[in-house]
Amino acid sequence: MTTTDDIAARLAGLATDPADEGPDIVADLVGQALTRADADGLVDVAWAVEDTPIGPLTLAATASGVVKIAFGTDESALDELAATVSPRLVRLPRRLDGLRRELDEYFAGRRHDFDVGLDRRLSHGYRLAVLEELSQIPFGETVTYKDLAQRTGHPKASRAVGTAMATNPIPIVVPCHRVLRTGGALGGYGGGLDTKAWLLRHEGALLS
Amino acid sequence: MAGVDLTVTLPPFQTLLDEHAADVHRFLVASVGPHDGADCFQETVISALRAYPDLRHADNLRGWLFTIAHRKVVDHARRVGRNAVPVADPPEVVVAADDLRLDGDAALLAAVRQLPPKQRTAVVQRYLLDRPYAEVAAVVGCSEDAARQNVRAGLQRLRQELATEVTA
Repeated sequence: MTTTDDIAARLAGLATDPADEGPDIVADLVGQALTRADADGLVDVAWAVEDTPIGPLTLAATASGVVKIAFGTDESALDELAATVSPRLVRLPRRLDGLRRELDEYFAGRRHDFDVGLDRRLSHGYRLAVLEELSQIPFGETVTYKDLAQRTGHPKASRAVGTAMATNPIPIVVPCHRVLRTGGALGGYGGGLDTKAWLLRHEGALLS
Repeated sequence: MAGVDLTVTLPPFQTLLDEHAADVHRFLVASVGPHDGADCFQETVISALRAYPDLRHADNLRGWLFTIAHRKVVDHARRVGRNAVPVADPPEVVVAADDLRLDGDAALLAAVRQLPPKQRTAVVQRYLLDRPYAEVAAVVGCSEDAARQNVRAGLQRLRQELATEVTA
């Protein structure tokens, strides 16, 4: 005579049965669901990781444009976006296709200016003004922190310019690597000084 | 997009998917079968993403996700019930002896999928996903005692179903 305990034991035995489950099946279904959700406007922030000559970059975009580029595969950057922009944040590489293509072209030397739309909501006030001015500095050229301070009408604000660079949410596309110390020293860089030097050499702005 | 409550810090929705999607899928496949389970799974993800920013707390995101999945099971049971064609005399089904022996597990799972939704979710959560009663209760939306009762009733029903099958 079968008891309910027998049934329970048989059910528990099924729990470990791996036959019905493939991670690929789940990943595919998640992908399909997110594509549908995106069509319904439910994905506020889409992100993807892109491999580049300077290492992996974590890219994120809202409906308005590219909102964040982080060096590496830093999860904390995503946590921060969830807190500051929206928790409706999912991996949806297709939404980053435009930026990924432009980055590919940039790193291949075929592109000097980025055309993707930007969402600058993470920058405010003077920092935003500095970063917008920075976007005017073309490929292959450099300026000093002091230059940028002057160009934004605050000649004594070099330190504030430095802070704006350090907190640039969209490096590479908003080219904070083109800002050097007076006298030519590299200064600082969120992606590391090696990366800054690599980018400047890539653009022909730094020799050797 | 503004947060409703500044004290709530919700992780990226992707984190929930990474941590729980496989279990939610397993739960739904066990509850409604692989085909309908895939549909219910997608519906669960979309409904959860829609509601996510309005969550007032992030205490039990797994439970919250499964609550939504459970509602999909309830909806599914309602749909299937509505579409079922009533038959006065069930047609004779000739089953090969092989089929009967074929897979006791399949027969058991099929019987699980016929349980009333609350019993079904309770049984699947408790045994196939190995969750404690407190969590079963949170998912079904009842007390822990009621969760135990649902599991007990579900097991009894399964025992009866399987007993009839064998003697049939």
